[in-house]
Amino acid sequence: DMDMETDQIYQIDVGNLLAFNPNHRFSSAPSSREELVKECVTEGTKLVQAIADTLFNLPSTETNDGPLVQLPPPTTKLPREKHLPRPKPPTKWEEFALKKGIQKRKKDKIVYDETTDKFKRRHGYDRVNDDNDIPIIEAKASDEPGEDPFAKRLDDKKKRVGKQEKNRLENLKTAAKAGALPSHVQLAVTGLPISGTKTQPKKIGKEALGDVAGLAATSTASGGKFDKKLPGEKPPKKQGKHHKYLPVVPRYGWVDEEKEQTNKVLGKLLSKHSHEILNVGKAINMYNDKKEKKKSGRSDKLKAKKDITKKKPYANKAN
Amino acid sequence: MMEIRTPKTHKAKRVLEKRAPKLVENGKRTLILHGTKTSATLSSVLMELYRLKKGGAIKYSRRNENIRPFESGGETSLEFFSQKTDCSIFAYGSHTKKRPDNLVLGRMYDHHVYDLIEVGIENFKSLLSFSYDKKIAPHEGSKPFICFTGEGFENVPELKQLKEVLTDLFRGEVVDNLNLTGLDRAYICSAVSPTKVFLTHCAIKLKKSGTIVPRIELVEVGPSMDLVIRRNRLPNEGLRKEAMKSSKDKPKKKVKNVDQDDVLGKRGRIFIPEQEVGKTPLPDKSKGVKRERREGKLKKKNKEEGSASKKHKKSE
Repeated sequence: DMDMETDQIYQIDVGNLLAFNPNHRFSSAPSSREELVKECVTEGTKLVQAIADTLFNLPSTETNDGPLVQLPPPTTKLPREKHLPRPKPPTKWEEFALKKGIQKRKKDKIVYDETTDKFKRRHGYDRVNDDNDIPIIEAKASDEPGEDPFAKRLDDKKKRVGKQEKNRLENLKTAAKAGALPSHVQLAVTGLPISGTKTQPKKIGKEALGDVAGLAATSTASGGKFDKKLPGEKPPKKQGKHHKYLPVVPRYGWVDEEKEQTNKVLGKLLSKHSHEILNVGKAINMYNDKKEKKKSGRSDKLKAKKDITKKKPYANKAN
Repeated sequence: MMEIRTPKTHKAKRVLEKRAPKLVENGKRTLILHGTKTSATLSSVLMELYRLKKGGAIKYSRRNENIRPFESGGETSLEFFSQKTDCSIFAYGSHTKKRPDNLVLGRMYDHHVYDLIEVGIENFKSLLSFSYDKKIAPHEGSKPFICFTGEGFENVPELKQLKEVLTDLFRGEVVDNLNLTGLDRAYICSAVSPTKVFLTHCAIKLKKSGTIVPRIELVEVGPSMDLVIRRNRLPNEGLRKEAMKSSKDKPKKKVKNVDQDDVLGKRGRIFIPEQEVGKTPLPDKSKGVKRERREGKLKKKNKEEGSASKKHKKSE
């Protein structure tokens, strides 16, 4: 575009609404800041006017919001922000199909089912050739006598599905190697491989870890009470029996809880239905046993056995 | 042991597809952040830059101590943020005694630093200090005009790079259709000296003129500042070539040995390789292989079999 006054040529990129005037020279000693600013804005106005000249002369369509013009593609080349999408390497099946010359065929959604003389859908509810619908499987000469053919079919299907998943993973791995993994798929490494074994190391739960920590703590001299705790470690749960002790002196105005407790027990024992709570037979047996044991003078195993043959020397017998 | 992970929600899938490399890319987003210390001018510069680019920019408010764009190890944080926010341009502000009011403008390619340019900000005028008729105030997200004036942008390599970076920064989305009533802002960049660029932001007033093209009047709405070139880093040649590659670069493959003629139509040329007479395989003319012999044998065989079956039938 030509500027009539000073015969300058501006470089205009309509697609970016960009204009560049390479010929203007700013004086090395500007008069004042305001003058400089004014000069810049005037030059800018000229450039915008040049772009607008081209822009408003483009064919426009009228819409409710205003005239819409079709912008030409931008001419200044700017670097991309990401690489160009890389072509996907062919999958194992695609390679095989290419080699054998197998063409892709479009499959119909509705297929004719010979067994029921109806048109059924290929996939989904009530489908053609459903594996689960077969009522009878004829035995072949190659079948083993104890084998369940229905279970065998299910097993075969599982194996096929597993094989397909493995193949899919392999295809994705080759695609990832070529840098062409589909955008919505991510390959993640789960667990480290242990040479020789196939089992995954079992993850210990939070509670189990806490129990083990508690056990280790009790082995210390003070029972783990003064152990240095890691940041975020919770205090150990109280081990052993949990007693709730009622206050000895009842609070003023409050119910005497201890009295209430004992009264409750007494009431239950002396009530009409006490035989349902108290096993009288067992109580009598216990009482009788205790009485008999006391009579027999049972030897307490913990008590040192008294040797009656040994005579105690009289300490204070004067001779 | 590898596992295939796919997004479980449609929203997640759409986000991943949006961020994937494409033939025609989305508009570049800007990441605005600052280092350990910022001055008052610098923080207002960053805030106003964010306002100008609202919708296509992300501003971090915390200070980042370990970002040093010009040092070899100091860009890892920037690259990480670029990956997380999907931003390919960043504006990093810092204020030190040696480099006061420092702004580093950088671009990323594949979330790695592509190029950097460091400018110092002088004579900053905030957009709040400009008074103008609020009716002409530019709307958020409108496509701007970008104007460069001065021979410096062509002659000085640093200014050339700054021109490219500023275009990338202010451009926004690349659009096919433009509504002419929505043009309301322009960025004016003037190379007042080989090291200084005066940048200002103006609103556009369209005035009636005799023709379809209205008369343009620019009114400064701010912010305006002087950018003094400090350091820069150009992309290395190989990376630049790769980043500048676009899908339309490859011309359509020429089909060889085929030409169109209006008189004769489509004509092709066939090249026959040289016949090496001494090396051509000769036909196998041995008696047994001859076709007539083979066919004769077959016929005889069938005849015999036919007669044999007939014999059987006769006997039955």
